[in-house]
Amino acid sequence: MTHLIQLHEFDGGIHPPENKLQSTGRGIKKPPMPNELVLPIHQHIGAPADPVVAVGDTVLKGQTIAQPHGYVSAPLHAPTSGTVIAIEDRVVPHASGLTELSIVIKPDRQDSWIEHQSLCAELGLDDCDDIPADALIARIRDCGIAGMGGAGFPTAVKLNTGKYTIDTLILNGAECEPYITADDMLMRERAVGIIRGAQILLQILKAERCLIGVEDNKPEAIAALEAALLELHEEHHIDVVTIPTKYPSGGEKQLIQILTGKEVPSGGIPAQVGIVCQNVGTALAIAEAVDEGKPLISRITTVTGDTIVDKGNWDVLLGTPVSHLLKASGYQAPGKRKIFSNKKPTRIIMGGPMMGFALPTTELPVVKTTNCILAPTNKELPANDIAMACIRCGMCADACPADLLPQQLYWFSKAEELDKAEQHNLFDCIECGACSYVCPSEIPLVQYYRHSKGAIREERATYQKAEQARERFEARIARQEREQAEKDAKRKARAEAAAKAQEAKKSAAPTNSAADKASISTSTVQAATNSADLEKLQKQLTGAQAALVKTKEKLEAAQNDPDQADKVALFEGALAKTQDKIKKIAIDMAAAKKAAKTSTTEAGVSDKGDPNSPERLKKKWDTAHARLETASKRLTEAQEQGLDTVELLTQGLEKQKARVEEAKAAYEAVSSSTKNSSVAEVSTDDLNKENANDELNRKIRAQQDRVAKANERLEMAKAEGLDTVDALTKAHTKQLEKLAGLEAQLTPAGEA
Amino acid sequence: MALLTLSSPHTHGSNRTSRIMLTVALATLPGLFALSWFFGYGTLINVILAIATALASEALVLKARKYPVSFFLKDNTALVTGLLLGLALPPLAPWWITVLATSFAVVFAKQLYGGMGNNPFNPAMVGYALVLISFPVQMTTNWAMSFQVSGTELISITDTLKVIFTGAKELTDAYTGATPLDEYKHLISKETSDQLLQRDTFSGWLNGGWEWVNLAFLAGGLFLMIKRIITWHIPVSMLLALALCSLVFGWDEDLYTPLSLHLLSGATMLGAFFIATDPVSASTTPRGKLIYGAGIGIFLYIIRTWGAYPDAIAFAVLLMNFAAPFIDAYTQPRTYGHDKPRRGLKPGDKS
Ligand code: SF4
Ligand code: SF4
Repeated sequence: MTHLIQLHEFDGGIHPPENKLQSTGRGIKKPPMPNELVLPIHQHIGAPADPVVAVGDTVLKGQTIAQPHGYVSAPLHAPTSGTVIAIEDRVVPHASGLTELSIVIKPDRQDSWIEHQSLCAELGLDDCDDIPADALIARIRDCGIAGMGGAGFPTAVKLNTGKYTIDTLILNGAECEPYITADDMLMRERAVGIIRGAQILLQILKAERCLIGVEDNKPEAIAALEAALLELHEEHHIDVVTIPTKYPSGGEKQLIQILTGKEVPSGGIPAQVGIVCQNVGTALAIAEAVDEGKPLISRITTVTGDTIVDKGNWDVLLGTPVSHLLKASGYQAPGKRKIFSNKKPTRIIMGGPMMGFALPTTELPVVKTTNCILAPTNKELPANDIAMACIRCGMCADACPADLLPQQLYWFSKAEELDKAEQHNLFDCIECGACSYVCPSEIPLVQYYRHSKGAIREERATYQKAEQARERFEARIARQEREQAEKDAKRKARAEAAAKAQEAKKSAAPTNSAADKASISTSTVQAATNSADLEKLQKQLTGAQAALVKTKEKLEAAQNDPDQADKVALFEGALAKTQDKIKKIAIDMAAAKKAAKTSTTEAGVSDKGDPNSPERLKKKWDTAHARLETASKRLTEAQEQGLDTVELLTQGLEKQKARVEEAKAAYEAVSSSTKNSSVAEVSTDDLNKENANDELNRKIRAQQDRVAKANERLEMAKAEGLDTVDALTKAHTKQLEKLAGLEAQLTPAGEA
Repeated sequence: MALLTLSSPHTHGSNRTSRIMLTVALATLPGLFALSWFFGYGTLINVILAIATALASEALVLKARKYPVSFFLKDNTALVTGLLLGLALPPLAPWWITVLATSFAVVFAKQLYGGMGNNPFNPAMVGYALVLISFPVQMTTNWAMSFQVSGTELISITDTLKVIFTGAKELTDAYTGATPLDEYKHLISKETSDQLLQRDTFSGWLNGGWEWVNLAFLAGGLFLMIKRIITWHIPVSMLLALALCSLVFGWDEDLYTPLSLHLLSGATMLGAFFIATDPVSASTTPRGKLIYGAGIGIFLYIIRTWGAYPDAIAFAVLLMNFAAPFIDAYTQPRTYGHDKPRRGLKPGDKS
């Protein structure tokens, strides 16, 4: 008022019916105490708070019941004294209709406060203007204050402007949404507190001036603020600026543009242009926190709409169920009033008609950001008709305060051309709904944008995950290949040694087995193939053995039958062939079994149960490394954008680096020793088994030799018509039986 | 208690597509009146015939596409397409020209592209161009003479019907003639401007009634602007471009059609306020609209002056329809919080 503020205009905007008078008829009232208060641990942007009370605890009013988790988070306090009766998932006021962990308090109706005092008294200062900014911010954080205009960003984080110099503090009292009058009534009734909050904020930010933007449809609020300015002698620092009524002038970016002509860079924060913007309700909460030690446990909420009898504003304890508030306001479900009409379900909206969301149920609590409960009749706010086609009339573009091309965004969203939507700055859309409001085809444009934004965010997340997974996968493959190569080399050496040994022993098929051993594989995949091979071989063996028995029978029959004497030779040839076959199968099987055994043993080496296994440690190292990368990426981002989190991130980065080193060292230490020892184990085990098998094989081969010899003799006897044929045949059969016995032995030996 | 959960916003302004189309139709009434006043009932009959054809063909296609017919007919876009064609065609054009142009406009230029909102070309002008190319004689000679030109009574309603539906030769010859734009263009090489303007066609204040028709459409267009249904960008840039061309190239009235004729004869104002502004096929960004309108103005002048046809709204508009998506891509507004507006659509180009 003392300064002439040059107002600027933002492009676009609309003038929906204000509908505010209904709820300014009476002053702010307190509803009766509800039977229970439900406090979701996530009422702000950032990480959910951690509960610090247990079921059954009695709490005092203002007692901390949940602590912030991390930097961007906010604590919770008991809105009244009582008992914690549950900590469980409850439906929370969010468009998704999801549940979230909530602390449920049963009030004892004593409303007895925990001890609290002003920050000035707590610090024992004489001059309260001397309180350092850090202490003020800490107090604001401890009192759980989060933006009360809508988004609920933790105020303490917003006030930590880091390297940016703030010249202007803006208090947002525009309240441009139709129907809502919470800020209006607050400014009318508690203007002094708001100005006091502005003083504290100026002290923290060391800003030169404060502008309070109020739409010109709130003359009473403006007058009250002016009076409070005079009362606190702040008319030189703080200006109440009357701005023209136009939706969405209360959008943070729009208000900044109106009051200063500056634009917040896309994706940036107001501090980058030297501005911090706070809601008037938040300012009052700050004043109460600093001057009285009162945490954020209640807020002003407008309850309005044609189904409400007592339209007006309430000073509501956080956690109060919406149904309780509706009852206190005399809500009449439209179906109940007239029996034959209006049976259609209506909407209950949390927030205003432009940006609020329709509640799935009324059993939801009021949270830090609940500025309005709107319960209109269907006649009052009719639902949209069926959308018609876009006629590209451009009315949406004329209405858009962000200078976007809503119709283009709509076409791209509809066609799922997300990259094009992004190119057309989809993410600069503030979801104000002005475009949907003016669209003559009644297209629910904002719904499309929300959907697309969600899809793009998801896409980004999956992309990131896939990237990380790919990196990890590639690292693993490389590691496996390296290990594989090492093992192959060792095995080859071993196989060569064994082959040499066998050659020395002049065994029957030394090259064969050596080759088999060399090709023995290690991975689990190959183990699977091996066992498949084994099965096949087993089948072949059984088949061959059956054939052998049959051939022998035939042979005997032929030998006994003089008519078939000419066939004896034939059968004997067949017999020899089958025996050969069995021999081969047996050798193959021995090799396959060995391979299978080795790979199982190897799979056992990378035992997942062992936390100190090199695999595990390696994974740990990898994870630590990935985290380090993310951390450094974030840091660079923060540095580029000049966020105030840089310092914090740097610390985190250092820690992460240390962790990576640790993990690396652990991995290297263990992997070298484990690898050696495990390989050694494998080889001894392997060799033992190899030896056993070799022994058997050798026996089998000897036996086969004997069978062959017996056969030879038999044949000779037959050729010469000797009478020893019978005896020889018997001997031959015995030898064959022995061979079968040995082969049978080989199988359990291989499987052992 | 059952609650409705809908996405925000939960309230809606009073704009409705069907109402916008109806307002556009209303805004043509002064022009329609002036046309009928000076040139007889021909235009009125054309308009009725065209609207009926448009609605009937729209209904048929919707039915074939299994769309709810009445819901989509109510959007009034077919009505406007028919209306604009009826206004643009020569008042005494044979009935089949009107029917052909309109049904082609609705079926091919609009519905086959996917219906309302999806047509890249202005349907009315596609229909118009089709008959203009196919039947140039009827399209250039069947213009009724105004009573100022003929100096006699207006053609009676029965005679009008006879001309349109039976093509009665002697009646047609008696009541039709070339338009002022046509006549000036073809005779200026033989006569001086002063001599030319002595001719019957140009009797009256300026050109035998056409000036009033154009002023009437101008009035309707201003009404649409006040109603915020069209913005000033396209009409203003188009008329400015036309005027500029005329002043630069056609300043010699003994060689070229003068500016006054360009602005207040033929379909200039109808084109500027009702045809070029068809939102579906026009450019949509504010700066894009300026370029789009100027393009139409320039093409209009070029074709009128050096082309084969006396008037050229249809071709000029269709040519710029081609360019509209491209113009849009390069004229996006600067979004809040961005230093520069984006240009074009490069794949993978993100901010
Ligand atoms: S307002 Fe609706 S109909 Fe018009 S261009 Fe935008 S989305 Fe299309
Ligand atoms: S919702 Fe988005 S696109 Fe629509 S007007 Fe608001 S900012 Fe523009």
